[in-house]
Amino acid sequence: MGENSLPLPGSLDMARPRPAARTLLEHLHEWVVTVDHKRLGILYVVYGIFFLLVAGAQAVAIRIQLAVPRNDFMSAQTYNRFFTMHGTTMVFLVGMTIIFGFANYLVPLQIGARDMAFPRLNAFSFWLTAFGGLLLYYSFIGGGGLYGVGSAPDVGWWAYAPLTARAFSPGHATDFWALSLIVMGFGTLGTAINIIATIFSMRCKGMTMMRMPLFSWLMLVDSGLTLITITPLTAAQFMLVIDRYLDGHFFDTQAGGSAVVWMHFFWIFGHPEVYVLVLPAFAIANEVIPVFSRKAIFGYPAMVAASVGIAFISLSVWAHHMFTVGMTSASNAFFVLSTEMVGIPTGIKIFNWLATIWGGKIRFATPMLFCIAFLFQFLIAGLTGIMLSIAPWNWQLHNSYFVVAHFHYVLVGAIVFCIFAGIYYWYPKVTGRMLDETMGKWHFWLFLIGFHVTFDTMHFVGLLGMPRSIYTYEPDRGWTTLNLVTSAGGIVQGIAVLIFAVNLVWSYYRGKLAGNDPWDAWTLEWSTASPPPVYNFAQDPVVRSRRPLWDLKHPEDPDWEYEG
Amino acid sequence: MSAVTQLPPAYEGEWKLPSRGRVAMFGLIIGESAIFTIFVVAYLFYIGKSLSGPTPQQVLEVPIFGTICLLSSSLTIWMAERSIERDNVTGFGAWLGATICLGLVFLGGTAVEWHKLIYRDGLTISTNLFGTTYYSLVGLHATHVIIGLLMLTIVFIFTLTGKVGRRYAERIAVLSMYWHFVDAVWVVVFTVVYIIGR
Repeated sequence: MGENSLPLPGSLDMARPRPAARTLLEHLHEWVVTVDHKRLGILYVVYGIFFLLVAGAQAVAIRIQLAVPRNDFMSAQTYNRFFTMHGTTMVFLVGMTIIFGFANYLVPLQIGARDMAFPRLNAFSFWLTAFGGLLLYYSFIGGGGLYGVGSAPDVGWWAYAPLTARAFSPGHATDFWALSLIVMGFGTLGTAINIIATIFSMRCKGMTMMRMPLFSWLMLVDSGLTLITITPLTAAQFMLVIDRYLDGHFFDTQAGGSAVVWMHFFWIFGHPEVYVLVLPAFAIANEVIPVFSRKAIFGYPAMVAASVGIAFISLSVWAHHMFTVGMTSASNAFFVLSTEMVGIPTGIKIFNWLATIWGGKIRFATPMLFCIAFLFQFLIAGLTGIMLSIAPWNWQLHNSYFVVAHFHYVLVGAIVFCIFAGIYYWYPKVTGRMLDETMGKWHFWLFLIGFHVTFDTMHFVGLLGMPRSIYTYEPDRGWTTLNLVTSAGGIVQGIAVLIFAVNLVWSYYRGKLAGNDPWDAWTLEWSTASPPPVYNFAQDPVVRSRRPLWDLKHPEDPDWEYEG
Repeated sequence: MSAVTQLPPAYEGEWKLPSRGRVAMFGLIIGESAIFTIFVVAYLFYIGKSLSGPTPQQVLEVPIFGTICLLSSSLTIWMAERSIERDNVTGFGAWLGATICLGLVFLGGTAVEWHKLIYRDGLTISTNLFGTTYYSLVGLHATHVIIGLLMLTIVFIFTLTGKVGRRYAERIAVLSMYWHFVDAVWVVVFTVVYIIGR
């Protein structure tokens, strides 16, 4: 019973208190040289939220341009740059950074560890990612001179060959794009390796794999998927750079190269990337839904298996982005079937979440509201995904606004909603103060309404035949009203996000004090102070079940009696 | 407190987790394998698609000697690993030195081969599709050999200055995992470039 003994005398204040920073410069210096997983996690998320506002502003500009036909709010060229930067920023600088910020902050706390396995690699990865972002945005000034908006990349975030060849993309805008993605790719690879090593090698005593919180489990699956997802992109970007700088011929159709090979390589990265982004959203839902339904998660082993299944299947579906390229019937059939198969593990997850909520004592706090909206929206996104996976349907609607609506339903309706849920849920742990509930409710309802006004409408304008990536359209096409409605929704979403940003700042100073465990939750991060001390846990925790805090709060009815 | 004494043990036996260094290196190897896979697939796909010469059949010679050297270096680094586990620092230094020499011979072989290709056969990375895929795939592997050699050389310098001992056996084992990976990749590259592609 040695592991239950009280801490040794003096072991509670082993860590010297961090010397208080006196000047602003010292304070900044502390943040720049930090290797603490919590500070790096915060840096990741703050960096991500900053770029969320930047890329959100780009989206609003795009919607203003499309609000009325024959608009000249911006030129065709600027429009191309804006949608390229919007896509690239949202995927690499918002999605990836925020999810890795969550993982950085929470995984060591949830598994009862002192820090990540490699704290310095962790800092290195963050600064690589940060530098990659600067490199991408420097293209606005450096991509070809200081003319107006400079020449940011304008090849689309998928950057199909041969548009990226020197002849068609002169200047350095495309180079900035490729190099920044290579740099960020290495940062991501470092973080993914770090998370995997942390989870395999740093778990506290008694934290077996099947007792690990589902958030950490999904982050493990996600990092494993990242290892084999980001690297093909890095390889393809190297090929692009070889083509552009060394006169290589990988994608040069004049010398026997193939543009379709780029499409394959890009989507071998691009499709699993969607799952890299959505698995952390599931991870957040897995924590929030049980806590706010006051029930343990339904079907824990099935959830783990479904996550691994999704990661596995997602590796063999990439060419459903390429039905219109003209593949053989056999490949079409293969990719139709493999894509539809994703629906099985995803369906298991949805039913498990519903079963968790079923009969629960639901608390409708802001994190739970975002998760409930996520359930509905993710279901619809999945259904339009099944529609688009059917090759003949896809031939009709490929590159239309129906596709844009579908993937925004996933990326915003599922991922962004869950990220908001996660921020409302863990903000008290990170800052020690609750986010304001009134502003939270305003944020939720405005964002929900704005989201549906924008993206529900977008499906219809897509069905009416409006192609994506066009900078304007003729008034006689019948798309005018729908586009105006779509744009109006975009503005509402923008207002909601601004309320959120205000809430983040206001609550940091004025929010209600949270205490260690404001939500009466069950995982280890809620057992330590808010914000947690540098050393996380004064005494290494020992766990006996999936909900160690439940066991602590309910010694008469502990979980380990049932988990076996 | 009776509640405490009723707690079941949290785990049976000793609480043992895998080494973080090995897990991380394993992760890196998986990621690197994906990078190599993409380059290998590109190489295979583009075999025979060059619109102009020279072709692999005309200019490539099989680098048997370099290959033997590189593959034997896996053996020597394994011997080095065994020496350090037994705290035999002299033996470790000798086997490590041998590994570095074998790696250098391999790199030298590549250098001679590239010199011949560029100056005698006029094949550069921009000559044709074969040149593009050949130099990028073989060059990607050579880059990994160079990185491995740099790391091995750093360890070698530390060995000469007497700073390496048995307590570093775990880290050296992680480094040797990387070196084995570089060797294993060469088997694939060799098969693809010099057997299938020629």
